[in-house]
Amino acid sequence: MKKIGKQTVKFDTPPTIVDCSSIVGPKESQGPLAKYFDKTLEDEFWGEKTWEKAESKIIKENINLLITKSGIATNEIDCVFAGDLLNQCISSSFGLRDENIPFFGVFGACSTFVESLSLGAIAVEGFANNVLCATSSHFCSAEKQFRFPLELGNQRPPTSQWTVTGSGAAILSKNGTGPYITHITPGKIVDMGIKDANNMGAAMAPAFCDTLITHFLDTGRNPSYYDAIISGDLGHIGKEIAIDITKSKGYNIKSNYNDCGVLIFDKNSQDTHSGGSGCACCGSVFSGYFFRQLKQKKLKKILLIATGALMNSTSSQQGESIPGIAHAISIEI
Amino acid sequence: MNINWSNVFDWMMLLKCFVTGGLLCVIGQILIDKTKLTPARILVIFVTTGAILGGLGIYKYLVDFAGAGATVPLTGFGYSLAKGAIEEVSQNGLVGAFIGGIKATAGGIAAAVFFGYLASLISKPKMKKQ
Amino acid sequence: MNPIETPKTYQDYVDKKSPNSPIIKNCFNAFWVGGLICSIGQIILNICKERGFDTQISGTIVSILLIGISAFLTGLNLFNKIGKFAGAGSLIPITGFANSIVSPAMEYKSEGYVMGVGGKMFTVAGPVLVFGISTSIIVGIVYLIFNTQSITLV
Repeated sequence: MKKIGKQTVKFDTPPTIVDCSSIVGPKESQGPLAKYFDKTLEDEFWGEKTWEKAESKIIKENINLLITKSGIATNEIDCVFAGDLLNQCISSSFGLRDENIPFFGVFGACSTFVESLSLGAIAVEGFANNVLCATSSHFCSAEKQFRFPLELGNQRPPTSQWTVTGSGAAILSKNGTGPYITHITPGKIVDMGIKDANNMGAAMAPAFCDTLITHFLDTGRNPSYYDAIISGDLGHIGKEIAIDITKSKGYNIKSNYNDCGVLIFDKNSQDTHSGGSGCACCGSVFSGYFFRQLKQKKLKKILLIATGALMNSTSSQQGESIPGIAHAISIEI
Repeated sequence: MNINWSNVFDWMMLLKCFVTGGLLCVIGQILIDKTKLTPARILVIFVTTGAILGGLGIYKYLVDFAGAGATVPLTGFGYSLAKGAIEEVSQNGLVGAFIGGIKATAGGIAAAVFFGYLASLISKPKMKKQ
Repeated sequence: MNPIETPKTYQDYVDKKSPNSPIIKNCFNAFWVGGLICSIGQIILNICKERGFDTQISGTIVSILLIGISAFLTGLNLFNKIGKFAGAGSLIPITGFANSIVSPAMEYKSEGYVMGVGGKMFTVAGPVLVFGISTSIIVGIVYLIFNTQSITLV
């Protein structure tokens, strides 16, 4: 692997994404992408006593599902990169505590999935044969930690987004026939001073554009090189902002750009306001939908850019603005 | 004991109560939509405003006019706190300032704590369906 | 135009881009639900008065009943739906105060009855009591000073 340009890494022997799996909650399973997910849940507790336990179970079961599906045994997996939104990433560490696989906990807020894939790809290019990357989020545990109790009778503003309940996971391998991760562009932290925690799309869109344009400059590619450019969870408002910003910088991405948070819910019938968010938004939509499209060769080259808001409830109460981050990976067959 | 239902359904009073209570809520709604204040902050603004207006003797006129339309909204809770403090002060002096407020609102606070505990014993939070 | 030239231009651009809450509809719903809750309170108040309770006790009974109803609806997972529809209409009446105590109590049940329910019960409503009670004490003290002065003046 070698660094090209300012921030991008190009792989000499690109790692293959062997397989992906996804589990989503009840609301996501009523959305437009329902049929692409491997497993859909009937209720948010999934037989557990707390939201946190339920989220751990989702990531644990998703990893087990992936291991079964991919045919790669647990002891052949060299390490796991996983993370989530809960304090100190407890969903991932509790979900993985019985798996006996070396574990790296990763935090990149909602950008965790692509951050895990990037680190996983570097590990595969280095020492590992097989690496597992996973992430999860849960609407109820996220609301409890970041916003208000579920039973509080408040109104969600139109700019707010809906945390996706679910998990996405992927196995990367040295040997394989693609889809390959050819480049990664880790993003810089970009903060344009947005303070409204109910408008995450606006807070993260500048970081998305920064990473996207850096990727184009570093690789010498342009938007039309890709069949699809996909952002993680900018939502409806963030998506429009991203199109505007990139246009002002001289790139037109309107025709082949979309956002996982826009795709996963139907805005009109599901009342999710600005769309989905959370680690599992990008994770489950890529694992469920885009990976299949790549496998079936309906899409050949995609650029996946997961976006994250690097804040917590203390920082917003202290009046801090919301720093955004975005990591990009280029996936080709 | 016989209840005189025409006193209970005093339509003029109910109309004044409905409109006043409704308007106080509209003020709250405008604050929610225009200022991005959290619910807790809005409740604090209402209770503090009610207590100050109560202390100044202004809120009393609204209570006389609208009855429950002025006492049920949280400004009324603030008014009761202030009114209790003033009444207790005039009877017992300085110590009354510390006793009166909670004394006057004790029923409501105790009920909220007790029912809150009770609800948590028997019920579990559920996912919002939408 | 480059929207991300400075944080200021970006904030202005975002404000323009973000849809506003449907404020007319929200205010209408808040108005009639809030008015209705107050009217229910008034009816309870009138019944209490008819039964011979004084105004002070009648008011307390109204509060307790409305808080009880609100706690019950919260426990049945219904209050958040009313709140989503009515906004300030169910928040501003005493029902909203009750909901803000009952909802964290239920939410943090998973952390145990003492530190979860007991400890977190006032995460939303605590400030209301702190500011309400503090203001009432100040009002009482100011009244005391004002009153003594007016007596000495007269």
